[in-house]
Amino acid sequence: MSAVTAEHGHDDHHDDHAHGPAKGWLRWIITTNHKDIGTLYLLFALAMFFVGGAMAMIIRAELFEPGMQFVDPKFFNSMTTMHALVMVFGAVMPAFVGLANWMIPMMIGAPDMALPRMNNMSFWLLVSGVLLLASTLFMEGGAPAGGWTLYPPLVLQTGKALPFAIFSVHLLGISSILGAINIVATILNMRAPAMPLMKMPMFVWTWLITGFLLIAIMPVFAGAVTMLLTDKFFHTSFFDAAGGGDPVLYQHIFWFFGHPEVYVMILPTFGVASTIIPVFARKPLFGYSSMVYATASIAFLSFIVWAHHMFTVGMPISGELYFMYATMLIAIPTGVKVFNWTATMWKGAMTFETPMLFSISFVVLFTLGGFTGLMMAVAPVDFQYHDTYFIVAHFHYTLVPASVFILMAAGYYWMPKWTGHMYNEKIGQLHFWLSAISVNILFFPQHFLGLAGMPRRIPDYAIQFADWNMISSIGGFIFGASQLLFLWIVVDTIKGGTGEKVSNEVWEDAHKHGLEWTLPSPPPYHTFSTPPAVIPCDHD
Amino acid sequence: MNDDVKVKNKKLGQKLAIIAVAMFGFGYALVPLYDVLCEWKWIERDRPDAIKAIPETAYTVDVNRNVNVEFMTSLNENTPMIFSSEMPQLLVHPGEYHTINFYAENKTDKTMVARAIPSFSPALTSTYFEKVECFCFSEQIFAPHEKKIMPMRFVVNPALPPDYETITLSYTFFDNTETAVKK
Repeated sequence: MSAVTAEHGHDDHHDDHAHGPAKGWLRWIITTNHKDIGTLYLLFALAMFFVGGAMAMIIRAELFEPGMQFVDPKFFNSMTTMHALVMVFGAVMPAFVGLANWMIPMMIGAPDMALPRMNNMSFWLLVSGVLLLASTLFMEGGAPAGGWTLYPPLVLQTGKALPFAIFSVHLLGISSILGAINIVATILNMRAPAMPLMKMPMFVWTWLITGFLLIAIMPVFAGAVTMLLTDKFFHTSFFDAAGGGDPVLYQHIFWFFGHPEVYVMILPTFGVASTIIPVFARKPLFGYSSMVYATASIAFLSFIVWAHHMFTVGMPISGELYFMYATMLIAIPTGVKVFNWTATMWKGAMTFETPMLFSISFVVLFTLGGFTGLMMAVAPVDFQYHDTYFIVAHFHYTLVPASVFILMAAGYYWMPKWTGHMYNEKIGQLHFWLSAISVNILFFPQHFLGLAGMPRRIPDYAIQFADWNMISSIGGFIFGASQLLFLWIVVDTIKGGTGEKVSNEVWEDAHKHGLEWTLPSPPPYHTFSTPPAVIPCDHD
Repeated sequence: MNDDVKVKNKKLGQKLAIIAVAMFGFGYALVPLYDVLCEWKWIERDRPDAIKAIPETAYTVDVNRNVNVEFMTSLNENTPMIFSSEMPQLLVHPGEYHTINFYAENKTDKTMVARAIPSFSPALTSTYFEKVECFCFSEQIFAPHEKKIMPMRFVVNPALPPDYETITLSYTFFDNTETAVKK
């Protein structure tokens, strides 16, 4: 696009996409517009959230009482495996990529993403990958059932689905890598000239770092599953003891990917929380530069702690000590973040709209999930927690009331901007309270179950675990049903919401916190064709 | 977007893609790196040469110490065999030689080439577990429905640190017929 003056607007562009969206349904297939692709990612993630959620409901229904009730054990194990894969690769990661697509160009004053055609490709590769993964449910021998970590030799016993599951991981990996390259290039090359790195919004910072994490780890995972593929079909022996390989090697490679991967899901979460809390506390973000450095430190540390996932595999004592202390070190930058959010709220003129409610409960419940992580970092006690419901409780606390709650918060926070309509605040708050209470009924008892020794990934359990499992399942059903309220709100808001006219900044004084609030609601199809001269800065 | 930025974006995109390709290679580089780290004892692993014969040397028997050696036998899911050990465990003094028999039977109508792979727990004890004779040193060929009695002669080196009171030795038989034919 040639340089365009503000007065002439979009009319004298030579290429067609300057005029607005293409007509008809084909718009959604061929679009290269960051807002369209962001919408596609977000709606796809929402759909997968309900698919993965339905699998979780099957799991909780089976565990409602001891004994076998509804499904056979093999299918149950497929459900735990597929629930994890769908939620991680189909829901949480795409949702954050969707937010990045919608918000990053608007936050940094760029007209679009750096590589728009590749952007379209990443989205459709994601859809193909998830569909391929879902198709394994209908194959002979069933979907993968060896856990989302795909450990050999167990995973090699998967039936016909194995190569399809591996190819779907390849597709999802390529999709994430392309998405990450695009986001990094956008942030580094497309910022408004008035925005130096240290004035970027926190959400942009966290995504820049996440982008680098993804580029570094997804290829390693792709390599690991390729080794599984050649072990199974081409007689290599990477993990096959009979040929001199070692299955433990897979665990090292997997967790070299797997540990940074959990930060791929949590760093953008931190970014959104750092965006929302200042707006509703009516204060600038406390400790901006320490937030940036903390994010970078967490990302660095994530590469050197992977073996804390495998303390029980047999490690020299020096190895256990190293991974134990390195893991504990992560609590320091994470603590910096939690204290910064708290200090941002301190003496702020706070109001409690739905996005803020979700964000505050994120700070509290994520901290709780972080503390159980610290407990498991202690190598000797981890021998008791390993592969029990305690770990299930831990990572669900860091994923559901953290990542998922923040995604909800982001939805409520930006939906008026995206659609130009206000959501129903009463239903939003009802959604929050039902979710916040039921998520604790759902996951808190799992701590007790784990400490009492209930193993994870089992369809049946000893009788002494019955009571807490029933309570957990009840919480699960309430949580699952409450999410339908969010679906209703999304549909309702797109159709017009409360009918209230929303201003550019939607939230009081939001224009001080981000460039996106200087644009109309909803923003026109093309924004910032010329970079803004002045940028708001909500920190010192 | 002006053309300058487009070129810059493309270049940066390519550089990042090269990093991604290099990281795919790094995943594979972890395989030899793992062996090196095992050798340096940064990662604990059964000593790969634990499957080699060690000449019988006379040690002073440490009669004051007992080490419980447990024997586990298992089959890979694709190995149609029966496989067991003469006894589940044996109390030995370090430095004392023992021979224990393992039984294996081919359940198929075809000739089978199978290999037993040992695994020690705790893994560090593999360094002190010396085998003079073992069926695991090489591939075993079984005629159709052949039953075999296979002896294993071993000693626990008296240098074994006193912290270790139990050694679990697990053998898994893998059916290598297909790969053996290809060779």
